[in-house]
Amino acid sequence: MSANIAIDVDRLKKQFRVQKNREGLAGAMKDLFKREYTDVTAVKEISFQIPQGEICGYIGENGAGKSTTIKMLTGILVPTSGGLRVNGHIPHKEREAFVKGIGVVFGQRSQLWWDIGVIESFQLLRKVYKVPEAEYRKRLTELVERLKLADLLHRPVRKLSLGQRMRCELVAALLHNPSILFLDEPTIGLDILVKTEIREFLKEMNQEHGTTILLTTHDLQDIEALCSRVIMLDDGRIIYDGNLTDLKTKWSKGREIQFQFGTQVKLPQLEQLTAGLEGVQWKLVNEVTAVLWLPMAVNVSDAMARVVVVGDIRDIKIFETNTDEIVREIYQTEKTPT
Amino acid sequence: MNPAYVDIIRIRFLMMLAYRVNYYSGIIIYAINIGAYYFLWQAIYGNQEVLGGFTINQMTTYIAVSWMARAFYFNNLDREIADEIRDGSVAIQFIRPYNYLMVKLMQGLGEGLFRLLLFMVPGMVVVCLIFPVTLPTDPTVWGWYLVMLFFSFLINTQINMLTGLFAFFVENNTGLIRMKRVLVDLFSGVIIPMSFFPGWLEGIMKWLPFQAITYLPSSVFTGRTPISEAGAVFGLQVLWCVLLAVPILAVWRAARTRLFVQGG
Repeated sequence: MSANIAIDVDRLKKQFRVQKNREGLAGAMKDLFKREYTDVTAVKEISFQIPQGEICGYIGENGAGKSTTIKMLTGILVPTSGGLRVNGHIPHKEREAFVKGIGVVFGQRSQLWWDIGVIESFQLLRKVYKVPEAEYRKRLTELVERLKLADLLHRPVRKLSLGQRMRCELVAALLHNPSILFLDEPTIGLDILVKTEIREFLKEMNQEHGTTILLTTHDLQDIEALCSRVIMLDDGRIIYDGNLTDLKTKWSKGREIQFQFGTQVKLPQLEQLTAGLEGVQWKLVNEVTAVLWLPMAVNVSDAMARVVVVGDIRDIKIFETNTDEIVREIYQTEKTPT
Repeated sequence: MNPAYVDIIRIRFLMMLAYRVNYYSGIIIYAINIGAYYFLWQAIYGNQEVLGGFTINQMTTYIAVSWMARAFYFNNLDREIADEIRDGSVAIQFIRPYNYLMVKLMQGLGEGLFRLLLFMVPGMVVVCLIFPVTLPTDPTVWGWYLVMLFFSFLINTQINMLTGLFAFFVENNTGLIRMKRVLVDLFSGVIIPMSFFPGWLEGIMKWLPFQAITYLPSSVFTGRTPISEAGAVFGLQVLWCVLLAVPILAVWRAARTRLFVQGG
């Protein structure tokens, strides 16, 4: 294994035993004496490697196995089988030594102490991670300044807004200067301002400290803003691993051109213009505006050439399919067995 | 040992201070309990001098001391652990470089110390003024008792942890927690001293850890068990402490591999 691999996952698998509840009173009585279980495989032999300093997005639908993977990578869950090395440690075996080198933020769970002031939580974490006082001061000042937390430090966590809490969670996860940061849906439920702020902050952390970041998210803008690489998971398997641009070209089926004409246009008239171009579709937005959908196979210039002969065109806009749509598309196609 | 553990005690102490209403209502509840049992035993004794090896005075002292001790060793760690397992927040505890059970123990200690200082000590003064309680004058008895009280706390906390950790294996262990609470109160001797149980039950009790929580230390304190036997009582407490650690560690190990974090 090369030294600069931060996360090395090899045929990782996690199976859960889920208790089956039998129906009705008779079933409940049977359950009392003999339980039946079904095995559910949440993660099915996935493999990937993440080099140091990379920001990698880990996406997939609810229940695809993202959180289970993160929990194995952070040593919370013990894998059923497969190899796993994070920072050179086997997470669940050398837990205490291992967790000192990582930071974790769960968007849906707070790791701060609910009833005490934020600063008290930080100080407790300083002791938990045995961070030297001077280093702690320096780091705290830097983080507090960057995330604008100075006013919040003495408030109890339960009185913070979600956005404020999330920024504090980030500080809590980074106080001991971890080399890998795991983020499980860090921007869930946040407004756009806080989201942007957090993205900016993560990018800076990555550039200045070389922190490796693995994040799961449902917000693809997180991915677009941050990630050089995307791993897409579906039903416990990796269905895509690569960069975002490739994902778009590979899965995107087409794009749209919007024309605004000077005079009123009718659908048959427009369809006639592009007759012969395979798979194109027109849609009228209003009397003078129409949208032309082009599959990847058709050149934008070919289509334009056909339409501009109309002459009176006020405006043209080209829309690329956005990542959200692509991903939705992928999820839907993966659902139907091919 | 991680210096953070001391801080965890401190923080729990501060948190207890923050919830003052609980504190005041606790005082009232304990006062009522001690009063009720005092009058109950008065009625039971009637004209009799000695019952179950206790004189009425020893009994009054036993009740007051046992309830006050309960204030120190009692905690809700069973429920706290079960809740954290059920709602999945136990996962957060695994990403920190400390031992979860140790943290819980320290939280319990913080709570216990709070009650010892702000509840037991003033409470005992009040109780001594109202009821005919005779406290021992021998400092060795006091010394032994304080050490034993700490071990009462340890044993009770261990039983709580074991009960709480069962949440890893059963979906809902509220029933188990309730049952345990009744068992501990009844069999530890807070409600009735062991010597009042029928012979066979008393025999069984000797083989269970509960008596080491209240009955044995309180008997030493009230002078029913001579101080010369205090060493043996203490030895029994230590033995239970060690014995109980075994299943806790076993359950903890097993739980690690089958930890199912609920809610995704």
